[in-house]
Amino acid sequence: MIVQDVLNLRHVQRTRYFSNPDPLALLTVEQGAQKELMQSAIETIDLTRQFNSLTAVDKLNITVERGEVFGLLGPNGAGKTTTISMLCTILRPTAGKATVNGFDIVKQATQVRKSIGIVFQDPSIDDRLTGRENLYMHANLYGVPPNEQKNRIERVLKLVELEGRADDLLRTYSGGMRRRLEIARGLIHYPKVLFLDEPTIGLDPQTREHIWAYIEELRKTHDITMILTTHYMEEADRLSDRIAIMDYGKIVALGTPSKLKDTLEGDVITVKTKEAERLSSTIVKKVSIEKSRVTEGELEITVRDGKALLPRIVEIAASNNIYVESVSLREPNLEDVFLHYTGRAIRAESGDELHGLSAIRRRKIK
Amino acid sequence: MTETRGIYTLWLREIKRYLRDRTRIVSSFFQPLLWLVIFGSGMRFSGAVGNLSYQQFIFPGIIGQTLLFTSMFMGISVIWDREFGFLKEILVAPISRFSIFLGKMLGDSTDAVIQGTIVFALGLLLGMRLDLVMFLEALPVMILVTFGLVSIGLTVASFMESLESFGVIQSFINLPLFFLSGALFPIRGELVPSWIQTVSAFNPLTYGVDALRIIILGDAWQSLYPLYHDVLIIVCFDLVMMAIGTLAFSRQK
Repeated sequence: MIVQDVLNLRHVQRTRYFSNPDPLALLTVEQGAQKELMQSAIETIDLTRQFNSLTAVDKLNITVERGEVFGLLGPNGAGKTTTISMLCTILRPTAGKATVNGFDIVKQATQVRKSIGIVFQDPSIDDRLTGRENLYMHANLYGVPPNEQKNRIERVLKLVELEGRADDLLRTYSGGMRRRLEIARGLIHYPKVLFLDEPTIGLDPQTREHIWAYIEELRKTHDITMILTTHYMEEADRLSDRIAIMDYGKIVALGTPSKLKDTLEGDVITVKTKEAERLSSTIVKKVSIEKSRVTEGELEITVRDGKALLPRIVEIAASNNIYVESVSLREPNLEDVFLHYTGRAIRAESGDELHGLSAIRRRKIK
Repeated sequence: MTETRGIYTLWLREIKRYLRDRTRIVSSFFQPLLWLVIFGSGMRFSGAVGNLSYQQFIFPGIIGQTLLFTSMFMGISVIWDREFGFLKEILVAPISRFSIFLGKMLGDSTDAVIQGTIVFALGLLLGMRLDLVMFLEALPVMILVTFGLVSIGLTVASFMESLESFGVIQSFINLPLFFLSGALFPIRGELVPSWIQTVSAFNPLTYGVDALRIIILGDAWQSLYPLYHDVLIIVCFDLVMMAIGTLAFSRQK
């Protein structure tokens, strides 16, 4: 009986040894797999880009995990597009380094390019070709096997609901349709990382809503990491798992949207009055507030419990003979976060960065 | 394999764009027609060459001119692509810059050679003595000349920031190459100033026009060089220009 067991054990051991001659090898393989899993989609180390004397991106250190939607938020000229351009191998960094999908952006540019999909800030489709032709061209450029192309193209067309218009020339498309086709195009070669550079810039609210829905859908259905740059607060808030706020080429804050908002520690009460200054100094004396800010005809106060304090503030105003036009209370949004970290409001959208025909085109899309 | 398919795709794109642009095709008839009918007829009193009528003499030259002008004009597609953002889509694709250059060059060359073929057909309408064999012999020469010329156009365009500046540079290149190629007047003989003879020897189009004349005019034309000599020089010119073009496309900001 015992002998039998020992024999059995030997047998078990032998088979195990046979499949894994070196027991330690198993461990290393497992560790390797774990490493693969742990390896981040994007990692930058002191990534820097200078244009003559201007430092567009200044020693950027970010890590983007696999599968997350990472928002890069900042005003025009903050360095978002420059960062993306470097990660997409269009621009060379002047210092520092970065990996995308584990590949070095300078030394392994071709592998990086195979791993990524990009929806550029400016339109980048051929408007003399049809939607379908544009997609086939992309599939061929990215080495999608010919026998799979038709299938994949039908699928992405369906995803962005352009099946019906696929054989029309691009020039007959609306701005939103072009954008959707560009998103579809970015997905054909199954990228590991998808860059969306201002995906909804210059689009009307309905189309924007539409594209957001696609991006959310994509996140649910595809195993894909997305980097989203935007200067629309609500866009970053709604889509991103984590947000990095960028200003003058640097990351000034980083975290989940709710964490970032929590750092403000409170609600924002806005009082519209002609005597904002006087009201501000009176309030400071009477109640405890986190922060107050006076702009033309407006007083903005950050407080811990807005609902409880709102009536008190109106009361204070009334007892000091200050006429209040309106009062509003809101929970902090990313706009406030941005203001908090940079000391100024995010600049309104402008076409400043565009030149020549691209600018004309951009205007047309609007 | 990926590279080949990339090249094919870029080639196909240029062809499709060309064939959909009707104005370009229609206008391609027009300019050679002006040269052959008006200029060719008008100059015939002053410029008969040997036993050839002036129109016969300039016909191969006008084919060369069409190839030159069309090829240089094709450079505009690079600027156009950049202005409309499409160049970025190509440049981030995982294929080599050489393939990108080659695909574009082959596509643009095909367009230019189609234009040249149209001039050939035009010659037939004007009563030139042409036949299919002649065309089939001329075709490889046309193709080879075009490769080099398109490469010049693409290279120059890749350095240009705007359509306007490319237009200016283009005429700086087009006209000297055209006038000094022997397309419109003989560049050898006692009456030709020696500086024209010297400079034209450095003009790649000189060899293209000469080769086309050997094929189209046959014995009636006193050739400058033997045909193989012309072709050899054109091939060298192609290789050099393609190398320069690839380098120009490989620059990274």
